[in-house]
Amino acid sequence: MMSFVSYLVNGISLGSIYALIALGYTMVYGIAKMLNFAHGDIIMVGGFTVFTAMSTAWCPVWLSVVIGIVVCTVLGVVIEKVAYKPLRSAPPLAVLITAIGVSYLLQNLALLIFGSAAQNFTSIVAGMPPFLTVLDGQAPLFFATAPSGSKAILTISMETFLSIVVSLVIMIALTLFINKTKAGKAMLAVAEDKGAAQLMGINVNGTISLTFAIGSALAAAASVLMCSSYPQISPYTGSMPGIKAFVAAVFGGIGSIPGAMIGGVLLGVIEQLSKAYISSQLSDAIVFLVLIIVLVVRPTGILGKKINEKV
Amino acid sequence: MAENIKVAENTVPMLEVKSLSIQFGGLHAVDGLNMKIRKGQLYGLIGPNGAGKTTVFNMLTGVYKPTSGVIMLDGENITGKPAIVINRAGIARTFQNIRLFKNMSVLDNVKAGLHNHTKYTAIEGVLRLPRYFKEEKRTTEKAMELLKVFELDGEAEHLAANLPYGKQRKLEIARALATDPKLLLLDEPAAGMNPNETAELMQTIHFVRDSFDMTILLIEHDMKLVSGICEELTVLNFGQELAQGETSAVLNDPKVITAYLGE
Repeated sequence: MMSFVSYLVNGISLGSIYALIALGYTMVYGIAKMLNFAHGDIIMVGGFTVFTAMSTAWCPVWLSVVIGIVVCTVLGVVIEKVAYKPLRSAPPLAVLITAIGVSYLLQNLALLIFGSAAQNFTSIVAGMPPFLTVLDGQAPLFFATAPSGSKAILTISMETFLSIVVSLVIMIALTLFINKTKAGKAMLAVAEDKGAAQLMGINVNGTISLTFAIGSALAAAASVLMCSSYPQISPYTGSMPGIKAFVAAVFGGIGSIPGAMIGGVLLGVIEQLSKAYISSQLSDAIVFLVLIIVLVVRPTGILGKKINEKV
Repeated sequence: MAENIKVAENTVPMLEVKSLSIQFGGLHAVDGLNMKIRKGQLYGLIGPNGAGKTTVFNMLTGVYKPTSGVIMLDGENITGKPAIVINRAGIARTFQNIRLFKNMSVLDNVKAGLHNHTKYTAIEGVLRLPRYFKEEKRTTEKAMELLKVFELDGEAEHLAANLPYGKQRKLEIARALATDPKLLLLDEPAAGMNPNETAELMQTIHFVRDSFDMTILLIEHDMKLVSGICEELTVLNFGQELAQGETSAVLNDPKVITAYLGE
């Protein structure tokens, strides 16, 4: 029973990281109608930036995280301006290929600078006691290290706890931002009808830049959480979580913000539980199998809108 | 002295279009159009299908860049400027096929029109500083006032997509007025309306002109509406001006009748 709780909590934790990344995919898709396949590599850039900043002696952890977020935000906006904006009226396939190109560019730049070997990432909460420890037959311990020699039946690490809390806070803030502020509503308006939004005086280019900025900042936050929970980083760190987050976004209904959140968490839980109870080697295969099944049964995803084609 | 200023104001037309042309490849969609609209005027742009009327609207609002010619809004040259700049200069429009933000509430549609009049930054919005609440309250009140004028305040929280057709047309006008324009362009406002709705629309247009002190240029096929409310007309045919002048004179012009009905 306790091991199930442990797998479930770890799944939710991993899933909330996927959800943060999936939000970037889904927001960009909603507003620019493009799949930004370089989004996963923004995570990798964020991880390396925080890694580099933390390995210098003078930079405290919080500042490293801030630097990582700023670098990713700027990078996201620059990529949009340089690579995607000139192609805004081009066919979708051209933009897709460009995004894949940007993805490889970022990966290979990282290979040049950091080499291909995985490096050890120091967790941003290293040295802190676990969030929760349950000892057999005793009251649970919060934020305390279990006495040596005792046997814990359930441990939830600080990283796991942090991932869930931070993701939750970010998702609530993002939902409020989009539904309650003028910049957020401008994003919704641009997503629905660029031309009409522009004629109502909404700055379409600015709104698209803002979307890329927010998506990349979320990717940076996700990179810090992910590299802390799975403390390694390499130039390929971003690609698998990127693809899985894309699956999560499609799973939830691409373009839908609550869909990305639900899809991300579900995917994380499915992945962890299949690792635990079916096979750790097959877990990725199961994740993608679930995607195929969802798409066959509900082609628009869990929360995606049904599109009625008019004939 | 005061009278002199008034005369000076009246001599600057709200909209002046001089030899406006646009070419798509070899096609002269609009060719050498001249138009002068006084402040507070209700002006009609009519013509058979494909005459280039909506193309004129698209040039006036910055969607298309004219090949040649000049567009002056209230004495300011706005030729070929981007749509967002022209909107800020004071031109707002509605669309032939309604283009509301269908998945947003009626209130949020109007607030999208108030976008440039909502004065807080994205940061203030995220941190929910006092100015965010003050400005949101102010714009919500302003939007509700506008909705009340169009008797849509009861449906403020409904999705725009769920409004009946006539009300969607009204909401588009409300949204356009929210941008605080000097000149309002209506693209076939009566399209798809029954005679009762059209009669109500005519009242609404008059009301907007009088209570908002608005200059209105409209494209319309419904001749009852055109002869009922337009003071002056320009008739386009194959991108060129066929006739121009006072409404009843233009509508009785044999050239115009031929263009509409054939020989």
